Amino acid sequence: MGVEQKLGDMGIVTTTLENVVNWSRTNAMWPMLFGLACCAIEMMAAQASHFDMSRFGMELMRASPRQSDLMIVAGRVSRKMAPVLRRLYDQMPEPKWVIAMGDCASCGGVFNNYAIVQGVDEIVPVDVFVAGCPPRPEALIHGVVTLYEKVKGEKFKDLAVK
Amino acid sequence: MAQIEEVSIDQFKHLVSERALTGETMLLNMGPQHPSTHGVLRVLLELDGETVVNAIPDIGYLHTGIEKNMEAKTYLKAEVMSDRLDYMNTTGNNLVYCMAVEKLVDLDVPERAISIRVILTELQRIASHLVWLAAFGLDLAAMSVFLYCFREREMIMDILELCSGQRMMTTYIRPGGLWRDVPVEFETAVRDFIKMFPKRIDEYEALMTKNPLFLDRLLGIGILDAATALQNGVTGPMLRASGVNWDLRKARPYIGYDQYDFNVPVRTEGDTYARYIVRVEEMRESLKIVEQALNRLPLGPVRSDNRKFVPPPRSEIGVSMEALIHHFKLWTEGFPAPNASVYCAVESPRGELGVLLEGDGSAKPRRVHWRTPSFDNLSVLPKIVKGHLVADLVAILASVDIVLGDIDR
Amino acid sequence: MDKKLETIVQALQENFSTTFEEFRGEVHVFVKAENIVDALILLRDKYDFELLSALTATDYWPQQSPRFHVIYQLTSLVKNLSVQLRVPLNGDQPKIPTATRVYEIANWRERELLDMFGIEPEGHPDPRRILMPDGTEGHPLRRDFPLGYEEPQFTFNLEEIDLQKPYAKE
Repeated sequence: MGVEQKLGDMGIVTTTLENVVNWSRTNAMWPMLFGLACCAIEMMAAQASHFDMSRFGMELMRASPRQSDLMIVAGRVSRKMAPVLRRLYDQMPEPKWVIAMGDCASCGGVFNNYAIVQGVDEIVPVDVFVAGCPPRPEALIHGVVTLYEKVKGEKFKDLAVK
Repeated sequence: MAQIEEVSIDQFKHLVSERALTGETMLLNMGPQHPSTHGVLRVLLELDGETVVNAIPDIGYLHTGIEKNMEAKTYLKAEVMSDRLDYMNTTGNNLVYCMAVEKLVDLDVPERAISIRVILTELQRIASHLVWLAAFGLDLAAMSVFLYCFREREMIMDILELCSGQRMMTTYIRPGGLWRDVPVEFETAVRDFIKMFPKRIDEYEALMTKNPLFLDRLLGIGILDAATALQNGVTGPMLRASGVNWDLRKARPYIGYDQYDFNVPVRTEGDTYARYIVRVEEMRESLKIVEQALNRLPLGPVRSDNRKFVPPPRSEIGVSMEALIHHFKLWTEGFPAPNASVYCAVESPRGELGVLLEGDGSAKPRRVHWRTPSFDNLSVLPKIVKGHLVADLVAILASVDIVLGDIDR
Repeated sequence: MDKKLETIVQALQENFSTTFEEFRGEVHVFVKAENIVDALILLRDKYDFELLSALTATDYWPQQSPRFHVIYQLTSLVKNLSVQLRVPLNGDQPKIPTATRVYEIANWRERELLDMFGIEPEGHPDPRRILMPDGTEGHPLRRDFPLGYEEPQFTFNLEEIDLQKPYAKE
């Protein structure tokens, strides 16, 4: 894409609209604070200074769903919490993405019982699954970067169907 | 799956004042997803303007069914679930479960394992208090404290990863001792930590303890007196900040705590500031214990020899037939426990963490009940928050130091 | 057992005709359901057991009488003693008088008992479910309640599980 190679000093860049839109979406994707259990602590550790996530554009974690693009479901979702999760997902404006962080969000994890939803993709459509119990902060960052790869490959005609 | 339940005020009529029914006070939902509820806690607030008239906590949003799930697994496999209860104090959970299993089946633990257990438990206590301090500062809008505390916590996570390979859910403490011996770099890593940590606590204290903003926001807020605390089963730093000197490490010493020389900080005011001071002092005392335990670390085995309950080391399996059979039996069937019940309690960073373990003669427990401190500590919230502002509610909730995994199990 | 505990156990025996057992240094006293509140009041006021550490129950299904043992773990801070009271209850319509007026923490603990075991606390000011969502049928910690185990998906049953699982579409 032509942004990094700005030729001359005329300040003119040629690229496609999709590239620009996807680039801007990945460079400042704000996650919604959805730390539920143990994975939330590793998410906080990923946000802190040792494994800085704001290098990847996630400077702030917005508590309000209306102001966020990404929902990182960090932790186990119980049956009582499932309607709340869906409600918050519905409140997020388009475009939105979901990362299922950890084993409990991906598939129910260690807890195969009556109280935990076996994989959060029963409730919301998930883009990236990050495995681990809890995943290391580097693993979460890898998941975020994978999501960016996915977003950079998105085409307008696919999104228009939504 | 996505039904929205209509909640009418009839359910809570007996808990709110009459002014709510006429509409004079407002009922506000501080919902399960909120930046300062430390997890998924829902608090129903009855507000008169900005003043809290009533606060009704609604828990259960993280109910995991751990107690029932542990009944379906053998004793060793059930330990994996114990880390995930109070996820700030993972080695402490492992410790109390292993102590309960050892008490039930009457298993001995070698000296070296006991000393290493002490070091890891106290390091975990420091890590838990660091995360508490980070969240506390974050709730009171001091974001630099959050970043500083997580920086120190990384060093403790590195030490845990050195021993067990995992940062948080280690399951390193097993019934009969430890999983395996600590590597050679362990001692250097812990000594480095001991050397640099006291100055860091001074850094946090310089930011918060005498800061007039914090004194304004924390002094006299959320006062809990000793009688109410005992009636409500409050234990841990919350109880010690209200004047009652009760610490299970001193009162009923376990894993050799009577050999170490440390103080237990007690304050009498019972407000949020007192709880803050108690926890920061506890971090210093824990560091003293770590240093003393490291200095007198004995040599020796780290696992009990009783092969009926403790699996043999992998090196023995290749040469000894009995070791192979023991390994096979322990991993396929597990070990049977007597048909009896024990209660074992330790001092977690939040209070009295207890396990009521009941065996039924088979390899799986009949009942594992976790007496978790945050459950009792949270139940006193409606009483200490009356008459304060919503901003004070946030500070009080941060000072109670709840972990929702503990409450909902 | 501890000498101080002996006098206490004897007092309970005289007043409420209780039995006791000892295991690994712990004392478990079996009290009948109608006497439990008086026993708790006696222990709290006369013998200084200020802290109710735990209140829970065990299910002995399929044995029906008694099916439940309600367990009260009491701690005395001034004397540094611990005692466990057990109340055997039968399986049909298990009820126990509430201990809320003795220890306030029994409010939430008995709600948990109601929620998880279906043991009704009589006279409780706020008998609602605490951990499970409202409208749950059944009591999860009873031994005849199913665990809710879902079959894990491997490569040999990949498609079958995919068809059964309710995936969210949007």
